[in-house]
Amino acid sequence: MADNTSDIKLNADSFKPVAANNVDEQEKISAPSLTFFQDAIRRLRKNKAAVFSFWLLAIIILISIVSIWWTPSDPNAQHVAYANLPPKIANGSIPGFTGKANVGGNIVDKYAAAKVPKGTYYVLGTDYLGRDLFSRLMKGVALSLLIGLLATLFDLVIGVPYGIISGWKGGKTDTIMQRIIEIISSIPNLVVVILMLLLFTPGLGSIVVAMGITGWITMARLVRAETLTLKTQEYILAARTLGESPLRIALKHLIPNLSSTIIIQTMFSIPTAIFFEAFLSFIGIGIPAPNASLGTLLSDGQKTFRFLPYQMWYPAAVISIIMIAFNLLADGLRDAFDPKTQE
Amino acid sequence: MRKYIFKRIMYMILTLFIIATATFFLMKLMPGSPYANQAKMTADQRAIMDAQYGLNKPVYQQYFIYLIGILHGDFGTSFQFNNQPVSFLISSRIGPSMQIGAQAIILGTVLGILLGAIAAIRKNTWVDTLATFFAILGRSIPNFVFAVLLQFYLAFKLKIFPIALWDEGFRSSILPTIALSMAPLATTARFMRTEMVDVLNSDYIELARAKGNTPWQTVAKHALRNSLIPVITIIGPMAVDLMVGSMVVENIFSIPGIGDQFVKSITTNDYPTIMGLTLLYSFMLVVVILIVDILYGFIDPRIRLSGNEGSN
Repeated sequence: MADNTSDIKLNADSFKPVAANNVDEQEKISAPSLTFFQDAIRRLRKNKAAVFSFWLLAIIILISIVSIWWTPSDPNAQHVAYANLPPKIANGSIPGFTGKANVGGNIVDKYAAAKVPKGTYYVLGTDYLGRDLFSRLMKGVALSLLIGLLATLFDLVIGVPYGIISGWKGGKTDTIMQRIIEIISSIPNLVVVILMLLLFTPGLGSIVVAMGITGWITMARLVRAETLTLKTQEYILAARTLGESPLRIALKHLIPNLSSTIIIQTMFSIPTAIFFEAFLSFIGIGIPAPNASLGTLLSDGQKTFRFLPYQMWYPAAVISIIMIAFNLLADGLRDAFDPKTQE
Repeated sequence: MRKYIFKRIMYMILTLFIIATATFFLMKLMPGSPYANQAKMTADQRAIMDAQYGLNKPVYQQYFIYLIGILHGDFGTSFQFNNQPVSFLISSRIGPSMQIGAQAIILGTVLGILLGAIAAIRKNTWVDTLATFFAILGRSIPNFVFAVLLQFYLAFKLKIFPIALWDEGFRSSILPTIALSMAPLATTARFMRTEMVDVLNSDYIELARAKGNTPWQTVAKHALRNSLIPVITIIGPMAVDLMVGSMVVENIFSIPGIGDQFVKSITTNDYPTIMGLTLLYSFMLVVVILIVDILYGFIDPRIRLSGNEGSN
């Protein structure tokens, strides 16, 4: 409340008594009236961690979009002669990016040893096939984000209608639909994903489908629970009395009121999907070579981590940052949309 | 209550039956063959091998043989790993997994409860911010990244712990336990904080304070106990996290557990072992959820009431 009034300009005129019989002026609401979403965004803006995460993710997404057309060099091009070069920027004067590595106790200039021409350098080094890790990281983040987004599409396309139908119809339909959910959710979803991946040929599509098959359960549950409470509201009753078709009620009344739940759940689903992709690629049934994703970069990096830690450090840092940012933003959105949960 | 438990167990059996059926037919659809040198086999050799593993019978017969086998605790013979029975493969490997899992869940929940409680008591101070930040780190950093980092710094660089393998008893289990406990720790801390903040705002805490209890007594005697009850509900999801986590963590630390076995079986098309482990994982999950629900009913009488209503 306090911050609403802070926008109002007060001057000497504001303190003149209003005419006793001027009810309109007495009852006037001087603060701008905010819609639910404006109100939520106002609350979100005050959450510094969420705002920071939002801009960080915006930058990461922008870089990923750029990587579709441009990367510093071809992420899949191999230069075996330049394999396992450490990170180097410009002439190597920045600590940590010197292009030198510790080999058996001696500091060796790997770039000179590999006879890399002057002026050529790899910001994050190269992998065991001499591929530029910075380009691969750019592509990898793009692919992981794409998987995250596609997997959450299933949430929206299956989870939301399923939840609405189950909650709206009630009775036998609801019981059967809930029983199905109960059965699916009692299989660890990782097991389902792995079984699906064995069945399909590995690749982007099969990973997304495999995750989509189980991923919508939580969304369906939340939407159903919300629908059950919305169903008993007066405005829904009014719409029914006026003879609106269930489909129109769902589109015009239910979905707008469910939108905050849906948005928050989506924000939690994206990092889950990114984690799953990384996990699957890490155990070797994810994105097939030579394409890069965060998971394949981590998996490749882990093999030589003890001797060439930079190959895992950067993808590990990037995936952690992306996950933290999504989680912080999702937390912020939940607090913003549902101020009751925020103490 | 008894009626409710009976009903839940019936559903559990139905669920497991459906899972067994689904995995069986999925496995039949899988591409690839279990034989490593299939290309060199003659048709006769192939027929002998098929007969050996019962793969020559019609699918529906294989299905019934499989179902009856499960009831006898027989999950078939592994196609890989020296033709050992799957049940033996699992039982000989479940020990390390259980040990790490149990240690991780104890470490994670105890630390999580402490972290969450401290954050709630010192709400909106730097302590709270720090605890919340740790909880978000624990939730966000993939456990395999965490496991590799632990392995690199504590085992490889500082040589405090063994790098891998399962040959030094408890010492070998320390790093995997820490790596696995991050997820339960983060989940518990988060949940505990929310619950504790709620409880601390309630009237009976006000009363306890008014009676002259010290802040410490109030928290230990009243707040902590009541905040702990809802924390029981997250044991189910935590069990799932542990199962997923154990697969990579066991792999990274070369621990001979069932998670490691599952990953190996996937890469070698070892269908009977995959089916056996899938069933085992599902069974454990269903049982954990059932126990949690029943326990919750006993602890919180309000839930028991609604459970009775549900069964009528």
